[in-house]
Amino acid sequence: MATLEINDLHVTVEADNATKEILRGVDLTVKQGETHAIMGPNGSGKSTLAYSLAGHPKYTVTGGTVTLDGEDVLAMTVDERARAGLFLAMQYPVEVPGVSVSNFLRTSATAIRGEAPKLRTWVKEVREAMERLSMDPAFAERNVNEGFSGGEKKRHEILQLELLKPHIAILDETDSGLDVDALRVVSEGVNRVREGGDVGTLLITHYTRILRYIKPDFVHVFAAGRIAESGGAELADKLEEEGYESYVKGGASA
Amino acid sequence: MADNTPAGSTTDGAITVGQPADARVSAAPSYDVADFPVPHGREEEWRFTPLERLRGLHDGTAEATGGLRVEVTAPDGVTVQTVDRTDPRVGRAGKPVDRVAAQAYSSFEKASVVSIPKEAILTEPVRIAVHGEGGTVYGHQVVEIGAFAEAVVVIEHTGDTTMAANVEYLVGDGAKLTVVSVQDWDDTAVHAAQHTALIGRDATFKSVVVTLGGDLVRLHPRVVYGAPGGEAELYGLYFTDEGQHQEHRLFIDHDTPHCRSNVAYKGALQGQDAHAVWIGDVLIRAAAEGTDTYELNRNLVLTDGARVDSVPNLEIETGEIVGAGHASATGRFDDEQLFYLQSRGMRADDARRLVVRGFFGELVQQIGLADLEERLMAKIDAELEASVG
Ligand SMILES: Nc1ncnc2c1ncn2[C@@H]1O[C@H](COP(=O)(O)OP(=O)(O)OP(=O)(O)O)[C@@H](O)[C@H]1O
Ligand SMILES: [Mg+2]
Repeated sequence: MATLEINDLHVTVEADNATKEILRGVDLTVKQGETHAIMGPNGSGKSTLAYSLAGHPKYTVTGGTVTLDGEDVLAMTVDERARAGLFLAMQYPVEVPGVSVSNFLRTSATAIRGEAPKLRTWVKEVREAMERLSMDPAFAERNVNEGFSGGEKKRHEILQLELLKPHIAILDETDSGLDVDALRVVSEGVNRVREGGDVGTLLITHYTRILRYIKPDFVHVFAAGRIAESGGAELADKLEEEGYESYVKGGASA
Repeated sequence: MADNTPAGSTTDGAITVGQPADARVSAAPSYDVADFPVPHGREEEWRFTPLERLRGLHDGTAEATGGLRVEVTAPDGVTVQTVDRTDPRVGRAGKPVDRVAAQAYSSFEKASVVSIPKEAILTEPVRIAVHGEGGTVYGHQVVEIGAFAEAVVVIEHTGDTTMAANVEYLVGDGAKLTVVSVQDWDDTAVHAAQHTALIGRDATFKSVVVTLGGDLVRLHPRVVYGAPGGEAELYGLYFTDEGQHQEHRLFIDHDTPHCRSNVAYKGALQGQDAHAVWIGDVLIRAAAEGTDTYELNRNLVLTDGARVDSVPNLEIETGEIVGAGHASATGRFDDEQLFYLQSRGMRADDARRLVVRGFFGELVQQIGLADLEERLMAKIDAELEASVG
């Protein structure tokens, strides 16, 4: 049973020759099968949390611990974390020139699974996963994220989620930039993976809209670099009505 | 990819009408080196080249000292001759267009002529192994293929040299000639050469230029059509490492109706002061109705400190053409891309290899020479290993 445990996590970035503390003591435990929504205003540090968990080199952990099933995640390289079962669907997926989606997916799956998937079953697996996400098969031959629309990038992230089957999935604003149809398609993709029961999900969002499609077990309000309040799904309704104002005022300012 | 052009690169394309590409160079083509002034470096055709690294090839101070081993392996029926400059085949494809090529033409002792008889269909390639043993060399090579013959010629350059040369390809009517020129020099070599192809009626010329080594390599592939219906495909691949200057200057002279040309050059750069230059001049003259041409240059910058100059020029003097286009782009492989790939489980060196192999793979496939494909990819991997380490 996969468990991600974040304890008193502090993270800084270097910006304009100054060190800026962004995460100020994050505590959170995500277990396999659970879905946690992390909601917070712009600039509160949600992406910083996501990137720090994935190991992005720009972010420096200055305190706290992160473990996955007791293993020290912070001691792992980016690729080791991915192979240990962490997956980050990015808010702004990166273009990779010269690498086709099909080559990228196959190389990723080979790395994560520890062996190359059998070509015949793999081709079918990818084709079916793309169909479910209403992706044109021609996508497979395009370069990764190059010239993709915002919605296409997000579908491509969820396609990877479906194929790589992580233990812990961090979805950073997968809902942003999607129209209603795309939001539904992408949410269905996330739900298919959740229904497998093997994944713990950290759903980062600014808006409650996506929570109509993906029902969280827990909702956490993120403000000024830490979790300001935690509750059940009903907390999202409160945020829908009241917004983040009370948390922003209450939280320490940067 | 075009939107992340690194500082110091130029990707400015130009479509102008009425000014022949050759009009921008500082002297008319000539066989005689005395017809060219010594370049000072600000001329259009020299402005990207570090003249001081040409070791005197450009100013008359580089005396021929010899030191080149050439081995030709040719299937039956192919003749290999060493001839004087009076041989009618020498100089037939065209005149030297810059001072270094003219110096080579004025200074070579004997020319080598490889001749593939008409209607011969070679099943094995002709191999020309050129190995530099230090010293300064002026060379002249002619490859002649008779009407309706088909052949592949592979020229491989290794070792150390300071060399200026002219290579001529005389492609007979209806013939199909593929030439692969690999510059796999030691990192100390200097190599400047003009490659001129004269393409006969309905003939096909395919050139594959692979530049990996050398301190300075400056190649000038040129295509001239002798009669209508000719087709030229020019492919190039370079991997420019720390401190290397690799320059490819192409010129396609469409002065004959109903000819086609297709150019695709791709380069990867890594390391401090790696410098790649790509110039693609395509001129469609008034008489060349029915021309179809496309040229492309793409560069992938793998590290900081490398510089690319990419300048396509398409000049069109007639509206009666089938198609004409060009594209140039320089992209970077950066930390964000590396992070993205690593976050999908790939190790850093696997991620880099994926990107570089992907970048070149399409081109290597397009070249369509199965046995070359694997060798090229292996060479690219080796280049990558050498510095990723
Ligand atoms: N690489 C970085 N360099 C400099 N500052 C950064 C960097 N990453 C984040 N920050 C700063 O840290 C703060 C939190 O940013 P972060 O992107 O984590 O917020 P967020 O909650 O994801 O916001 P949004 O809702 O806009 O996505 C912001 O003030 C931001 O400017
Ligand atoms: Mg964010």
